Amino acid sequence: MSLVELHEISCRRDNITLFDPVSIAVPAGGKVEMSGPNGAGKTTLLRTLAGLFQQYEGTFSCSTHLFQGHRPGLDELLDAVENLQWHASIAGQTVNENEILEALERVGMISRALVPVARLSQGQQRRVAMARWQLSGARVWLLDEPLTALDTDAQELLVSMIQEHCAGGGAAVYATHTPVKLDDKVELRLSPRGDQA
Amino acid sequence: MIGSLFRRELTVLLRNRANLVNPLAFMFLGILLFAVASPAQGEGRVLYAPAILWLIVLLTNLLSLDGLFRRDYDNGVLEQIYTSADVPFMVVLVRIIVQWMSTGLVMVLLAPVLGLLLGIDGGDLLIVVMALLLGTPALSFLGAVGASLTVGFSRGGVLLGLLVLPLYLPVLIFGASAIQEQISGAGNTAQLYWLGVISMLSLTIGPLAATAGLKISLQMQ
Repeated sequence: MSLVELHEISCRRDNITLFDPVSIAVPAGGKVEMSGPNGAGKTTLLRTLAGLFQQYEGTFSCSTHLFQGHRPGLDELLDAVENLQWHASIAGQTVNENEILEALERVGMISRALVPVARLSQGQQRRVAMARWQLSGARVWLLDEPLTALDTDAQELLVSMIQEHCAGGGAAVYATHTPVKLDDKVELRLSPRGDQA
Repeated sequence: MIGSLFRRELTVLLRNRANLVNPLAFMFLGILLFAVASPAQGEGRVLYAPAILWLIVLLTNLLSLDGLFRRDYDNGVLEQIYTSADVPFMVVLVRIIVQWMSTGLVMVLLAPVLGLLLGIDGGDLLIVVMALLLGTPALSFLGAVGASLTVGFSRGGVLLGLLVLPLYLPVLIFGASAIQEQISGAGNTAQLYWLGVISMLSLTIGPLAATAGLKISLQMQ
Protein backbone atom coordinates (compact mmCIF):
# COMPACT_ATOMS: atom_id res chain seq x y z
CA MET A 1 0.00 0.00 0.00
CA SER A 2 1.28 3.45 -0.85
CA LEU A 3 1.83 6.07 1.81
CA VAL A 4 1.49 8.92 -0.66
CA GLU A 5 -0.50 8.76 -3.84
CA LEU A 6 -0.88 11.58 -6.34
CA HIS A 7 -3.30 11.24 -9.20
CA GLU A 8 -3.06 13.87 -11.93
CA ILE A 9 -2.38 16.60 -9.39
CA SER A 10 -1.74 20.13 -10.54
CA CYS A 11 -1.83 23.28 -8.45
CA ARG A 12 -3.16 26.69 -9.36
CA ARG A 13 -2.09 30.03 -8.04
CA ASP A 14 -3.82 33.26 -9.11
CA ASN A 15 -5.63 31.28 -11.82
CA ILE A 16 -2.39 30.07 -13.34
CA THR A 17 -1.65 26.37 -13.45
CA LEU A 18 1.84 26.00 -12.04
CA PHE A 19 2.96 22.66 -13.48
CA ASP A 20 1.83 19.80 -15.70
CA PRO A 21 -0.26 17.25 -13.78
CA VAL A 22 1.85 14.68 -11.94
CA SER A 23 0.97 11.18 -10.79
CA ILE A 24 3.12 9.12 -8.48
CA ALA A 25 2.69 6.48 -5.82
CA VAL A 26 5.19 6.36 -2.97
CA PRO A 27 5.35 3.04 -1.09
CA ALA A 28 6.82 2.57 2.37
CA GLY A 29 10.55 3.20 2.12
CA GLY A 30 10.12 5.49 -0.88
CA LYS A 31 12.17 8.66 -1.23
CA VAL A 32 11.02 11.23 -3.75
CA GLU A 33 13.23 14.13 -4.74
CA MET A 34 11.26 16.93 -6.28
CA SER A 35 13.08 19.38 -8.47
CA GLY A 36 12.21 22.10 -10.91
CA PRO A 37 13.03 25.73 -11.61
CA ASN A 38 12.01 28.53 -9.26
CA GLY A 39 8.31 29.07 -9.32
CA ALA A 40 7.57 25.60 -10.68
CA GLY A 41 5.38 24.88 -7.65
CA LYS A 42 7.51 22.59 -5.49
CA THR A 43 6.60 24.36 -2.28
CA THR A 44 2.97 24.63 -3.34
CA LEU A 45 2.78 20.90 -4.05
CA LEU A 46 4.30 20.08 -0.66
CA ARG A 47 1.87 22.44 1.06
CA THR A 48 -0.97 20.77 -0.83
CA LEU A 49 0.11 17.37 0.45
CA ALA A 50 0.30 18.81 3.98
CA GLY A 51 -3.24 20.16 3.66
CA LEU A 52 -2.14 23.80 3.69
CA PHE A 53 -3.16 24.60 0.14
CA GLN A 54 -6.42 23.81 -1.56
CA GLN A 55 -6.39 25.20 -5.07
CA TYR A 56 -5.51 22.00 -6.83
CA GLU A 57 -6.99 19.69 -9.39
CA GLY A 58 -6.76 15.92 -9.26
CA THR A 59 -6.75 13.74 -6.17
CA PHE A 60 -4.19 12.68 -3.63
CA SER A 61 -3.89 10.76 -0.42
CA CYS A 62 -1.19 11.16 2.18
CA SER A 63 -0.64 9.09 5.31
CA THR A 64 0.19 10.73 8.67
CA HIS A 65 2.69 13.39 7.78
CA LEU A 66 5.17 15.89 9.08
CA PHE A 67 5.69 19.13 7.21
CA GLN A 68 8.84 21.19 7.34
CA GLY A 69 8.49 24.47 5.50
CA HIS A 70 11.08 27.17 4.86
CA ARG A 71 10.65 28.45 8.38
CA PRO A 72 11.78 26.23 11.22
CA GLY A 73 8.43 26.19 13.04
CA LEU A 74 9.97 26.88 16.44
CA ASP A 75 8.95 29.51 18.95
CA GLU A 76 11.90 31.88 19.42
CA LEU A 77 11.06 32.63 23.03
CA LEU A 78 11.16 28.99 24.11
CA ASP A 79 14.24 26.79 24.27
CA ALA A 80 14.71 23.64 22.21
CA VAL A 81 13.40 21.28 24.89
CA GLU A 82 10.28 23.38 25.51
CA ASN A 83 9.63 23.58 21.78
CA LEU A 84 9.92 19.83 21.31
CA GLN A 85 7.71 19.14 24.33
CA TRP A 86 5.07 21.47 23.02
CA HIS A 87 5.17 19.95 19.54
CA ALA A 88 4.70 16.50 21.03
CA SER A 89 1.83 17.64 23.23
CA ILE A 90 -0.21 19.27 20.45
CA ALA A 91 0.15 16.07 18.43
CA GLY A 92 -1.17 14.15 21.42
CA GLN A 93 2.09 12.27 21.95
CA THR A 94 3.74 11.61 25.27
CA VAL A 95 7.51 11.85 25.06
CA ASN A 96 9.71 11.87 28.09
CA GLU A 97 12.60 14.20 28.62
CA ASN A 98 15.17 11.49 27.87
CA GLU A 99 13.82 10.91 24.39
CA ILE A 100 13.98 14.64 23.71
CA LEU A 101 17.53 14.89 24.97
CA GLU A 102 18.55 11.87 22.88
CA ALA A 103 17.06 13.45 19.78
CA LEU A 104 18.93 16.70 20.51
CA GLU A 105 22.13 14.75 21.12
CA ARG A 106 21.78 13.13 17.72
CA VAL A 107 21.50 16.48 15.93
CA GLY A 108 24.37 17.90 17.96
CA MET A 109 22.32 20.46 19.84
CA ILE A 110 22.50 18.98 23.33
CA SER A 111 24.81 21.73 24.58
CA ARG A 112 22.33 24.39 23.46
CA ALA A 113 19.20 22.59 24.59
CA LEU A 114 18.23 25.24 27.14
CA VAL A 115 19.04 28.33 25.08
CA PRO A 116 16.06 30.28 23.67
CA VAL A 117 15.74 29.49 19.99
CA ALA A 118 16.04 33.20 19.15
CA ARG A 119 19.72 33.00 20.11
CA LEU A 120 20.48 30.06 17.83
CA SER A 121 21.82 30.48 14.30
CA GLN A 122 19.76 29.51 11.24
CA GLY A 123 21.59 26.22 10.90
CA GLN A 124 21.19 25.43 14.57
CA GLN A 125 17.48 26.11 14.36
CA ARG A 126 17.24 23.71 11.44
CA ARG A 127 19.02 21.10 13.54
CA VAL A 128 16.49 21.51 16.34
CA ALA A 129 13.75 21.12 13.74
CA MET A 130 15.42 17.88 12.64
CA ALA A 131 15.19 16.63 16.21
CA ARG A 132 11.48 17.26 15.95
CA TRP A 133 11.19 15.06 12.86
CA GLN A 134 12.76 12.23 14.79
CA LEU A 135 10.31 12.54 17.65
CA SER A 136 7.21 12.83 15.51
CA GLY A 137 5.59 9.51 14.78
CA ALA A 138 4.52 10.63 11.31
CA ARG A 139 5.06 8.13 8.49
CA VAL A 140 5.58 10.63 5.68
CA TRP A 141 8.11 13.42 5.89
CA LEU A 142 7.33 16.38 3.64
CA LEU A 143 10.46 18.53 3.56
CA ASP A 144 10.85 21.82 1.75
CA GLU A 145 14.50 22.61 0.96
CA PRO A 146 15.82 20.44 3.81
CA LEU A 147 19.45 21.31 3.03
CA THR A 148 19.01 25.05 3.67
CA ALA A 149 21.57 26.49 6.10
CA LEU A 150 22.99 23.06 6.98
CA ASP A 151 26.76 22.48 7.19
CA THR A 152 28.32 19.35 5.66
CA ASP A 153 28.02 17.37 8.92
CA ALA A 154 24.35 18.17 9.21
CA GLN A 155 23.81 17.33 5.54
CA GLU A 156 25.24 13.88 6.12
CA LEU A 157 23.08 13.55 9.21
CA LEU A 158 20.05 14.50 7.13
CA VAL A 159 20.83 11.76 4.63
CA SER A 160 21.21 9.13 7.32
CA MET A 161 18.04 10.30 9.09
CA ILE A 162 16.01 10.02 5.90
CA GLN A 163 17.51 6.58 5.21
CA GLU A 164 16.68 5.40 8.71
CA HIS A 165 13.16 6.77 8.57
CA CYS A 166 12.49 5.06 5.25
CA ALA A 167 14.08 1.79 6.38
CA GLY A 168 11.65 1.87 9.29
CA GLY A 169 8.64 1.85 6.97
CA GLY A 170 8.33 5.60 6.41
CA ALA A 171 8.56 7.68 3.28
CA ALA A 172 10.01 11.06 2.42
CA VAL A 173 9.04 13.60 -0.19
CA TYR A 174 11.32 16.61 -0.42
CA ALA A 175 11.91 19.56 -2.68
CA THR A 176 15.43 20.71 -3.36
CA HIS A 177 17.70 22.44 -5.84
CA THR A 178 20.80 20.61 -4.65
CA PRO A 179 20.50 16.84 -5.14
CA VAL A 180 20.61 14.91 -1.87
CA LYS A 181 23.04 11.99 -1.82
CA LEU A 182 20.53 9.17 -1.59
CA ASP A 183 21.01 6.09 -3.78
CA ASP A 184 17.48 4.79 -4.24
CA LYS A 185 15.60 8.03 -4.62
CA VAL A 186 12.91 8.59 -7.22
CA GLU A 187 13.16 11.87 -9.07
CA LEU A 188 10.10 13.93 -9.78
CA ARG A 189 10.62 16.93 -11.98
CA LEU A 190 7.94 19.59 -12.12
CA SER A 191 7.75 21.31 -15.46
CA PRO A 192 6.39 24.82 -15.21
CA ARG A 193 3.37 25.93 -17.16
CA GLY A 194 3.47 29.58 -16.22
CA ASP A 195 2.52 30.84 -19.68
CA GLN A 196 -1.02 29.48 -19.61
CA ALA A 197 -3.93 31.48 -18.28
CA MET B 1 -2.70 18.52 26.59
CA ILE B 2 -4.60 21.57 27.82
CA GLY B 3 -2.23 21.94 30.76
CA SER B 4 0.82 22.03 28.55
CA LEU B 5 -0.88 24.39 26.11
CA PHE B 6 -1.56 26.86 28.92
CA ARG B 7 1.96 26.42 30.28
CA ARG B 8 3.46 27.30 26.91
CA GLU B 9 1.26 30.36 26.40
CA LEU B 10 1.97 31.69 29.88
CA THR B 11 5.72 31.09 29.52
CA VAL B 12 5.72 32.98 26.24
CA LEU B 13 3.68 35.78 27.80
CA LEU B 14 6.08 36.17 30.70
CA ARG B 15 9.14 36.12 28.44
CA ASN B 16 7.61 38.67 26.10
CA ARG B 17 6.88 41.27 28.73
CA ALA B 18 6.39 44.10 26.27
CA ASN B 19 3.16 42.40 25.20
CA LEU B 20 1.98 42.39 28.78
CA VAL B 21 3.09 45.88 29.75
CA ASN B 22 2.34 47.90 26.58
CA PRO B 23 -1.46 47.55 26.66
CA LEU B 24 -1.49 48.35 30.35
CA ALA B 25 0.63 51.44 29.93
CA PHE B 26 -1.53 52.56 27.02
CA MET B 27 -4.73 52.13 29.00
CA PHE B 28 -3.41 53.80 32.09
CA LEU B 29 -2.00 56.77 30.18
CA GLY B 30 -5.17 57.16 28.12
CA ILE B 31 -7.35 57.36 31.21
CA LEU B 32 -4.86 59.53 33.03
CA LEU B 33 -4.67 62.05 30.19
CA PHE B 34 -8.44 62.25 30.07
CA ALA B 35 -8.58 62.75 33.83
CA VAL B 36 -6.02 65.54 33.62
CA ALA B 37 -7.74 67.28 30.72
CA SER B 38 -11.28 67.15 32.08
CA PRO B 39 -12.62 69.62 34.66
CA ALA B 40 -11.97 68.58 38.25
CA GLN B 41 -15.54 69.14 39.32
CA GLY B 42 -18.98 69.10 37.79
CA GLU B 43 -21.52 67.03 35.97
CA GLY B 44 -19.71 66.66 32.66
CA ARG B 45 -16.86 64.65 33.97
CA VAL B 46 -18.86 61.74 35.34
CA LEU B 47 -21.28 61.97 32.42
CA TYR B 48 -18.61 60.87 29.96
CA ALA B 49 -16.64 58.61 32.27
CA PRO B 50 -18.32 55.33 31.20
CA ALA B 51 -17.90 56.16 27.53
CA ILE B 52 -14.23 57.05 27.93
CA LEU B 53 -13.53 53.99 30.03
CA TRP B 54 -15.05 51.61 27.48
CA LEU B 55 -13.46 53.38 24.56
CA ILE B 56 -10.01 53.00 26.09
CA VAL B 57 -10.75 49.35 26.90
CA LEU B 58 -11.75 48.71 23.29
CA LEU B 59 -8.68 50.40 21.88
CA THR B 60 -6.36 48.64 24.30
CA ASN B 61 -7.80 45.31 23.27
CA LEU B 62 -7.43 46.20 19.60
CA LEU B 63 -3.80 47.14 20.21
CA SER B 64 -2.89 43.73 21.56
CA LEU B 65 -4.98 41.80 19.02
CA ASP B 66 -2.60 42.47 16.16
CA GLY B 67 0.08 40.41 17.87
CA LEU B 68 -2.26 37.57 18.78
CA PHE B 69 -1.22 35.19 15.99
CA ARG B 70 1.47 37.23 14.23
CA ARG B 71 4.55 35.65 15.80
CA ASP B 72 3.27 32.13 15.21
CA TYR B 73 2.49 33.01 11.61
CA ASP B 74 5.94 34.49 11.01
CA ASN B 75 8.01 31.72 12.58
CA GLY B 76 6.07 28.86 11.03
CA VAL B 77 4.56 27.52 14.25
CA LEU B 78 1.08 28.16 12.89
CA GLU B 79 1.55 25.84 9.91
CA GLN B 80 2.85 23.22 12.33
CA ILE B 81 -0.32 23.59 14.41
CA TYR B 82 -2.41 22.97 11.32
CA THR B 83 -0.35 20.06 10.01
CA SER B 84 0.43 18.14 13.18
CA ALA B 85 -1.95 19.12 15.98
CA ASP B 86 -4.74 16.71 16.85
CA VAL B 87 -7.16 19.58 17.39
CA PRO B 88 -5.93 22.97 16.11
CA PHE B 89 -9.07 24.49 17.65
CA MET B 90 -7.79 23.79 21.17
CA VAL B 91 -4.50 25.56 20.53
CA VAL B 92 -6.34 28.58 19.13
CA LEU B 93 -8.86 28.61 22.00
CA VAL B 94 -6.14 28.52 24.65
CA ARG B 95 -4.26 31.28 22.87
CA ILE B 96 -7.34 33.53 22.88
CA ILE B 97 -8.10 32.82 26.53
CA VAL B 98 -4.55 33.75 27.49
CA GLN B 99 -4.84 36.94 25.41
CA TRP B 100 -7.98 37.79 27.41
CA MET B 101 -6.16 37.11 30.66
CA SER B 102 -3.34 39.45 29.66
CA THR B 103 -5.68 42.29 28.63
CA GLY B 104 -9.29 41.90 29.77
CA LEU B 105 -8.60 40.34 33.13
CA VAL B 106 -5.89 42.86 33.89
CA MET B 107 -8.32 45.66 33.00
CA VAL B 108 -10.86 44.16 35.39
CA LEU B 109 -8.28 44.17 38.17
CA LEU B 110 -7.30 47.75 37.38
CA ALA B 111 -10.89 48.94 36.94
CA PRO B 112 -11.34 50.37 40.46
CA VAL B 113 -8.28 52.61 40.06
CA LEU B 114 -9.28 53.70 36.57
CA GLY B 115 -12.83 54.35 37.74
CA LEU B 116 -11.63 56.57 40.54
CA LEU B 117 -9.37 58.45 38.15
CA LEU B 118 -12.40 59.17 36.00
CA GLY B 119 -14.34 60.46 38.99
CA ILE B 120 -16.73 57.53 39.38
CA ASP B 121 -18.07 57.22 42.90
CA GLY B 122 -16.46 54.57 45.12
CA GLY B 123 -19.81 52.87 45.63
CA ASP B 124 -20.33 52.35 41.89
CA LEU B 125 -16.97 50.73 41.26
CA LEU B 126 -18.28 47.21 41.81
CA ILE B 127 -20.53 47.61 38.79
CA VAL B 128 -17.61 48.91 36.73
CA VAL B 129 -15.69 45.75 37.61
CA MET B 130 -18.71 43.54 36.87
CA ALA B 131 -19.37 45.17 33.52
CA LEU B 132 -15.76 44.77 32.43
CA LEU B 133 -15.61 41.19 33.66
CA LEU B 134 -18.72 40.27 31.70
CA GLY B 135 -17.93 42.32 28.60
CA THR B 136 -14.21 41.95 27.92
CA PRO B 137 -14.27 38.22 27.00
CA ALA B 138 -16.48 39.13 24.04
CA LEU B 139 -13.84 41.63 22.87
CA SER B 140 -11.14 38.97 22.80
CA PHE B 141 -13.26 36.24 21.23
CA LEU B 142 -14.67 38.48 18.51
CA GLY B 143 -11.38 40.28 17.98
CA ALA B 144 -9.58 36.98 17.40
CA VAL B 145 -11.67 36.46 14.26
CA GLY B 146 -10.39 39.72 12.82
CA ALA B 147 -6.82 38.94 13.90
CA SER B 148 -6.98 35.51 12.25
CA LEU B 149 -7.99 37.03 8.92
CA THR B 150 -5.47 39.88 8.88
CA VAL B 151 -2.45 37.93 10.14
CA GLY B 152 -1.22 37.43 6.56
CA PHE B 153 -0.86 41.16 5.96
CA SER B 154 2.27 42.72 7.37
CA ARG B 155 0.41 45.97 8.01
CA GLY B 156 -2.98 44.64 8.93
CA GLY B 157 -3.51 47.01 11.86
CA VAL B 158 -5.91 49.46 10.23
CA LEU B 159 -7.86 46.73 8.48
CA LEU B 160 -8.11 44.89 11.78
CA GLY B 161 -9.69 47.96 13.37
CA LEU B 162 -12.18 48.31 10.54
CA LEU B 163 -13.15 44.65 10.83
CA VAL B 164 -13.36 44.43 14.57
CA LEU B 165 -14.61 47.76 15.94
CA PRO B 166 -18.11 47.40 14.44
CA LEU B 167 -18.37 44.00 16.12
CA TYR B 168 -17.55 45.67 19.43
CA LEU B 169 -20.54 48.01 19.22
CA PRO B 170 -23.01 45.91 21.26
CA VAL B 171 -20.45 45.51 24.04
CA LEU B 172 -19.79 49.24 24.00
CA ILE B 173 -23.49 50.09 24.15
CA PHE B 174 -24.42 47.75 26.98
CA GLY B 175 -21.17 48.22 28.85
CA ALA B 176 -21.32 52.00 28.92
CA SER B 177 -25.03 51.94 29.66
CA ALA B 178 -24.55 49.59 32.63
CA ILE B 179 -22.18 52.03 34.31
CA GLN B 180 -24.23 55.07 33.26
CA GLU B 181 -27.42 53.71 34.80
CA GLN B 182 -25.60 52.81 37.98
CA ILE B 183 -24.31 56.37 38.32
CA SER B 184 -27.73 57.87 37.67
CA GLY B 185 -29.34 55.43 40.07
CA ALA B 186 -31.48 53.41 37.66
CA GLY B 187 -31.45 49.61 37.36
CA ASN B 188 -28.77 48.00 35.25
CA THR B 189 -29.36 44.25 35.62
CA ALA B 190 -30.52 43.93 32.03
CA GLN B 191 -27.33 45.47 30.65
CA LEU B 192 -25.16 43.11 32.70
CA TYR B 193 -27.17 40.10 31.52
CA TRP B 194 -26.76 41.26 27.94
CA LEU B 195 -23.01 41.60 28.35
CA GLY B 196 -22.92 38.04 29.66
CA VAL B 197 -25.01 36.79 26.75
CA ILE B 198 -22.79 38.51 24.20
CA SER B 199 -19.67 37.03 25.79
CA MET B 200 -21.16 33.54 25.83
CA LEU B 201 -22.27 33.79 22.21
CA SER B 202 -18.89 35.04 21.09
CA LEU B 203 -17.21 32.23 23.04
CA THR B 204 -19.19 29.70 21.02
CA ILE B 205 -18.61 31.37 17.65
CA GLY B 206 -15.37 33.35 17.88
CA PRO B 207 -12.73 30.64 18.45
CA LEU B 208 -14.28 28.38 15.79
CA ALA B 209 -14.34 31.23 13.29
CA ALA B 210 -10.77 32.21 14.20
CA THR B 211 -9.62 28.61 13.63
CA ALA B 212 -11.18 28.70 10.18
CA GLY B 213 -9.80 32.20 9.54
CA LEU B 214 -6.25 31.13 10.32
CA LYS B 215 -6.60 28.23 7.92
CA ILE B 216 -7.64 30.66 5.20
CA SER B 217 -4.67 32.90 6.01
CA LEU B 218 -2.32 29.91 5.68
CA GLN B 219 -3.81 29.02 2.29
CA MET B 220 -2.96 32.46 0.95
CA GLN B 221 0.73 32.06 1.70
